[in-house]
Amino acid sequence: MDSELIAVTIDGKEVKVSPGTTVLEAARTVGIHIPTLCHHDDLCSEALYSQTSSTPHKGEHTHQHEESAMLSTPSSCRICLVEVEGLPKLHASCALPIHNAMTVRTTSTAIRHARRDILELMMSEHFGDCFACARNGTCELQMLCADYGVTSERFGRPREPLFEKASPGNIIMRDQNKCILCRRCVRMCALYQGVYALTTEGRGDHSRIATFMGREMQDAACINCGQCINRCPTGALTERDDTEAVWHAIEDPDKLVVIQTAPAPRAAIGEAFGCEPGTPLTFQMNTALKRIGFDKVFDTNFSADLTIMEEGSELISRLYKALVLKDNTAALPQFTSCSPGWIKFIETFYPAYLPNLSSAKSPQQMMGAVLKTYFAEKNGWDPSKIVSVSLMPCTAKKFEAGRPEMDSSGYRDVDYAITTREMARMFKQAGVDVPKLDKTDFDSPFGTPTGSGVIFGTTGGVMEAALRTVLEIVTGEKVESMFDHADIKPVRGFDGVRMAEVKIEKVGPVPEILSHLVPDFEWLKGATLRVGLAHGTVNAIRVMRDIQEGGPLSKCHFIEFMACPGGCLGGGGQPIPTDQEIRAARAKALYSEDAAYVVRKSHENEDVLRIYREFFKEGPCSHKSHELLHTHYKERV
Amino acid sequence: MDAQQTLRTEVEQLVRVHGRGRTALMPILQDLNRAHSYISEDAMLAVSDALNVPRAEVYGVATFYSYFSVKPRGVYVIRVCRTISCAKQPDYHPAIAALFDELGIGFGETSSDGIFSLEQTNCAGMCDQGPAMVVNDDAHIHLTEASVRTILNDYRHKAQAAQSAKKAQ
Repeated sequence: MDSELIAVTIDGKEVKVSPGTTVLEAARTVGIHIPTLCHHDDLCSEALYSQTSSTPHKGEHTHQHEESAMLSTPSSCRICLVEVEGLPKLHASCALPIHNAMTVRTTSTAIRHARRDILELMMSEHFGDCFACARNGTCELQMLCADYGVTSERFGRPREPLFEKASPGNIIMRDQNKCILCRRCVRMCALYQGVYALTTEGRGDHSRIATFMGREMQDAACINCGQCINRCPTGALTERDDTEAVWHAIEDPDKLVVIQTAPAPRAAIGEAFGCEPGTPLTFQMNTALKRIGFDKVFDTNFSADLTIMEEGSELISRLYKALVLKDNTAALPQFTSCSPGWIKFIETFYPAYLPNLSSAKSPQQMMGAVLKTYFAEKNGWDPSKIVSVSLMPCTAKKFEAGRPEMDSSGYRDVDYAITTREMARMFKQAGVDVPKLDKTDFDSPFGTPTGSGVIFGTTGGVMEAALRTVLEIVTGEKVESMFDHADIKPVRGFDGVRMAEVKIEKVGPVPEILSHLVPDFEWLKGATLRVGLAHGTVNAIRVMRDIQEGGPLSKCHFIEFMACPGGCLGGGGQPIPTDQEIRAARAKALYSEDAAYVVRKSHENEDVLRIYREFFKEGPCSHKSHELLHTHYKERV
Repeated sequence: MDAQQTLRTEVEQLVRVHGRGRTALMPILQDLNRAHSYISEDAMLAVSDALNVPRAEVYGVATFYSYFSVKPRGVYVIRVCRTISCAKQPDYHPAIAALFDELGIGFGETSSDGIFSLEQTNCAGMCDQGPAMVVNDDAHIHLTEASVRTILNDYRHKAQAAQSAKKAQ
């Protein structure tokens, strides 16, 4: 291999790279930072490769979508200009592959001036004031303008909007006045999510980012995952801001404002306060939430564990129906249903497979449903006065909370779903410096932090939590006897599609709580439980195609799907930036929380067991749990 | 058969000619654009399904080329050359005035009878014979106020004849 390397000199430093490496990538390997507004670490070839590598199609990387020109870097922003000795003019380093030895300069007066000119030209079509922008302080364009001393308005500035703003009904809000046409959103949507909601419309100075027929996002085939927002260098893409409504509720003395916090935000919110990625602030955040006025702070881990109980029981009963009763209405493999981006994805693109989706609601919606029923009854609270807020790493959760059927409590089950970014902003508005705070526990009765719940935030986590519970229930043995420390490593990792098998050597008696679903477990003795995982909906497409073709994934019993790359920790509502390295750090934080908690299995969560004793007395997947904890799906066009 | 079904059948016929790969996208869009003067939303959806190319991408391609339109256009699309060698001809402005007068529309618009759309183009390649305009695939040169009126009348009669022939069927 070494003989193939090419030596290039960048700013006097020599670096050896393999042929085809771009000058931009080569410079980064020696710590030379070339600024850019269109290149993103997630969208470079290496990251894309790892996103779609792995089983079941080893060595297969030619999906239909990859045939499009989108794989190549768009080199649209032109900020990364460099000088190459012997070549005339400046060259965009992101689109300059190294095939021969070359000498590159990344800084000179000509380069600095060219970059400043480009920035000033961008500003000449940029309407909107920085102070009135959600990305004020995290805007890449703003930062570069500061770095390059863009203080004048040489080419003028638009004095009025060039484009209409998106209507407030949208969850993904686009403001084209701030768009620099870098196409990160288009590529993210296509290459990681396989959704293709966005495209470039028109040509030349008429080109703009648009959906099919130039529709608003809410009318487009968009799954609300928010990955586009997280990659946008400017404020052209943001999520609907629900913070004012939450402040309003908090300040209303007549309302009881309750918040549930999902696992992924706690591993990431520190980034908004200058912490290293992967700094968990779970209990400091509880203190902060109390300080800004929430009446109760609950852990979504509770309803994550409740989800495992319902979804796991559903799996056992599906397997029983399909394998023993030969009931062909019990569709296998069962698909997880906690990622609202994935739900809208399958509703839109693979509606024939809706029967495979677990009917269990997501943890957010389960918590919402029990808050205004069980919790309100238990505490004598008037459910009409409860404002149920959720802190989520996710923009699609706003859509899920707004789904018309999500009112099984008799009220809106979840009133406002806010993202990690929105929450960080609320803390800052209130002058709360989260990392410096003391720790506070969650409130009971939904306050036991559990390992099984917390790993819901990462790809593979739902499957691991489900396996811990299902294996123990079925075999009657501790899962530690099968996997050290109950760490089910085969389902962990970041490969786009993964598969794992667990042999069920012996079976135990059916626990009381499931006696209404199956008579015994004898039929599972010696069986091999096969599970699959996919994250980033482009990998969901690979799984669905494999199932359609009768490949190995069609033989699985249970498949976890997460819409976002990395699972919830890489969610569209998480702090910006998010990339491969940051996702890995957040995953590490979640697994370290899991390892540190006393309770690490959903069926051992005392709060969950209590709710089955006191409220869902007939057990999981019973009539009452179906009313409150399960839902249905619909085909979308 | 409803309009959408008719389009799907039409696209399937085009797939038989051009194939089902991504490379068939351009020729199929060209054929559709020629047949209907524009590429409708339903047509793009039919192409997207037939070729398994995302609908947004079909839309992106259809909006990229100025000879494609995603909005209804007249049977005849008139593209008047606006380049300097045409614009400097003495007959240029009288010819354009005649176009406006005959059609009752300005650039970028379609006549109410649906027969003509009026556009400008940067160069028709007829610099030595201007003023020039291109109507669908045919170039017209040495335009004058009078010749414009004659040309339009010819097309109008052609369109009306085609319409009544269609009705008679």
